Amino acid sequence: MSTATATPHQRGIVERLTKSWLYIGLIGIGVVSFVRIITDTNDLTGAGTIRAAIIATCPILAAALGGLWAERAGVVNIGLEGQMILGTWGAAFFTYHYGPWVGILGAALLGLIGGLLHAIATVTFGVDHIVSGVAINLIGAGAATYLAEAVFPDYEGGGPRQLNGLEGPTQITIPGISDVANDIADKHWFFVSDVASFIQALTTNISTLSLVIFALVVVSALVLWRTSFGLRLRSCGENPQAAETLGVNVYLYKYVAVLISGALAGIGGGFLALVSSSGFSTGQTGGRGYIGLAAMIFGNWRPGGLLAGALTFGYTDSLRLRDTQSVHALLLLVAIGLLIFAAYRAYRQQITGAIVVAVGGLAVLAWFLLTDTVAREFTVMTPYVTTLFVLALGSQRLRMPAADGKPYRKGSAG
Amino acid sequence: MSGINLKAIGLSLLAPAIAIVLSILVTTVVIAAVGSSPGEFWSTMFEMPKPRLRVDIVNQTAMIYIAAVAAAIGFRMGLFNIGLEGQYTIASFAAASFAGAAYFSGLFNVAAAIVVAMVVGAAWSGIAGILKTTRGVSEVISTIMLNSIAITLVGYFLNTHGVKEGNTVHTKNLESGSTLGGFAPFEDRDGEIWVLTLLAVVVGVGFWVLLNRTRFGYDLRASGQSESAALASGINPKRMILISMMLSGAVAGLIWLPALFGGARNYGTSFQAGLGFLGIAVALLGRNRPLGMLFGALLFAFLSVKSNDLTFGTDVSPSIVQITQGVAVLAVVVTYEVVRRWRTRLEQRAVSRELAGATGAAS
Repeated sequence: MSTATATPHQRGIVERLTKSWLYIGLIGIGVVSFVRIITDTNDLTGAGTIRAAIIATCPILAAALGGLWAERAGVVNIGLEGQMILGTWGAAFFTYHYGPWVGILGAALLGLIGGLLHAIATVTFGVDHIVSGVAINLIGAGAATYLAEAVFPDYEGGGPRQLNGLEGPTQITIPGISDVANDIADKHWFFVSDVASFIQALTTNISTLSLVIFALVVVSALVLWRTSFGLRLRSCGENPQAAETLGVNVYLYKYVAVLISGALAGIGGGFLALVSSSGFSTGQTGGRGYIGLAAMIFGNWRPGGLLAGALTFGYTDSLRLRDTQSVHALLLLVAIGLLIFAAYRAYRQQITGAIVVAVGGLAVLAWFLLTDTVAREFTVMTPYVTTLFVLALGSQRLRMPAADGKPYRKGSAG
Repeated sequence: MSGINLKAIGLSLLAPAIAIVLSILVTTVVIAAVGSSPGEFWSTMFEMPKPRLRVDIVNQTAMIYIAAVAAAIGFRMGLFNIGLEGQYTIASFAAASFAGAAYFSGLFNVAAAIVVAMVVGAAWSGIAGILKTTRGVSEVISTIMLNSIAITLVGYFLNTHGVKEGNTVHTKNLESGSTLGGFAPFEDRDGEIWVLTLLAVVVGVGFWVLLNRTRFGYDLRASGQSESAALASGINPKRMILISMMLSGAVAGLIWLPALFGGARNYGTSFQAGLGFLGIAVALLGRNRPLGMLFGALLFAFLSVKSNDLTFGTDVSPSIVQITQGVAVLAVVVTYEVVRRWRTRLEQRAVSRELAGATGAAS
């Protein structure tokens, strides 16, 4: 009898998570599809939009993953932006000489050098993590600008501030699926066509580097949560003194984590130079390192969450390049989303929270009904405003690693 | 007694000295690595600047110094106000719009615009302060987000309400009665030292007085060093966080005003971005001390301005000084940490030696 009642609770955590994620995903697609039909903006889920969204997501995702690695080992890495900038230069330089794949390794290498600086300052010398990160952002921006001005003007297609005409990594298309998906997407049916255009975007001319970055999310999740190496690394972020008493070389793990973090941010920068555009330009990152950091916090320091965060931010980032009508339709989407969330809060008896969210939702709905266009600047702001709201409303539910950002000295366990 | 003081001064100067040597070394190596001549670079950099550049250096020093003080107010309280950049962008825009609208005339307009800048800066940093005190949101993250929001918002308002002129947009020009200009120490064509660089002096002296001569300054330093001790002595930490965050933002609002009322006359392409981050760097370089930051601001201004000469005499691009500045900051924080540890060890050794001597004499 007791075993029968206990069974539902014994289901694996993976199963429960994937199931709830599946429901959320299905509801999400349904709402998006509904909004698309109501507002008659097929661009909202057109394959073109989704392809642009994937391209916009990848650099943010790589930076967010970089943040995850460092912070899980207890090192706050504000220097992601600087490491990303270094990555854009590395990708351009190595691609010009040795082709795109060596270029990506070069991006990772330059980002890794930025990570090494951060690790030396924070782990070996115990400097405050934020201070070191700010300095690394200054050095990264300065170094990339200087090196570009010193090296690129002599190159073909190069100038002091850019290097154009770089070859990107191969794009792949899966012939059968791509065509079928295209046909279905063009029918603009409810739900089915939205899924189809998503499949079409994934199977038509998708950059292999995008696939690599998505694969890195899975790899990071597995390594950090399913290996003893990952367990030790995370123990350095939760309680380094306890880890030390168990024989973990905390400095080594922190070093490895921050180096990987820098390399991932560098790859994100490389993506910007090789896939998002076909060349390097100064100031190309435009604060995406910070958005990556925001996506990681949005995702509660977890791989699945940061993927959702990066997709959300990438989607809004891509919409600003497209017509203003679809951005306007997005307001309705946000309004419905907020109202659903308010209903959920009311159902959970969190009345004050529900009222706050509902008022917000109604305000956005009014904005949608009373206007015809949305200024481009408001879509640019979306990731930052969203992050502030998530932090303000959900800071009690967010849980960062317990020793994140705290200085640790070897032997402090006594 | 004087011997100990000399030693202490020597130790505190050791860290910046090492940091400067390190940043010179790294810069030299980087220049040599890309095949340019480091010798040429250093000789160009250390030539006496021309009068026009000397004026520039004074103006830049003033603005960077104000930014550094704004950062230091937060740092002394244990707060990282990374959001200076956004605070002074939005405050400069507000002040320029307000002064351009000319609700008042002459000097009163300037005074009112200064107040507007401080209020807007304080309000913007206050958002981060309120989020921290009521919701526990880290000010580092919220101010980074607020930076981007401020810069986009200003872009939006500039596009919708600004004066279009060719390809550029700017706020309404100040009336000539509200332009303060400055005084020209050399010939007129060498430019003027702006009147509002005096704000840097006011802010610097005010910072020193506030920290060392007021109850609030004592509370601020106490909270920065130990929150629990501060709480025990009756200081309300939340109130302190909010006040110091807003104070930092208010000072940040002043950063670009010397240029606005000196030569720029409107907010537009003439706006100088990046002063906020330079200010943070200088605050770190100068250890949040009024005099230390003055030295740091002068050094950074000298490097930035003097690097303009590089485009003529040498093939080294001016952006090299950004590396020098960044390395100087990183090196200074690292060496301070090392010197601090070394000093603690020296003190421990001295104490144990004296203890051993004392017990030895007693027995």
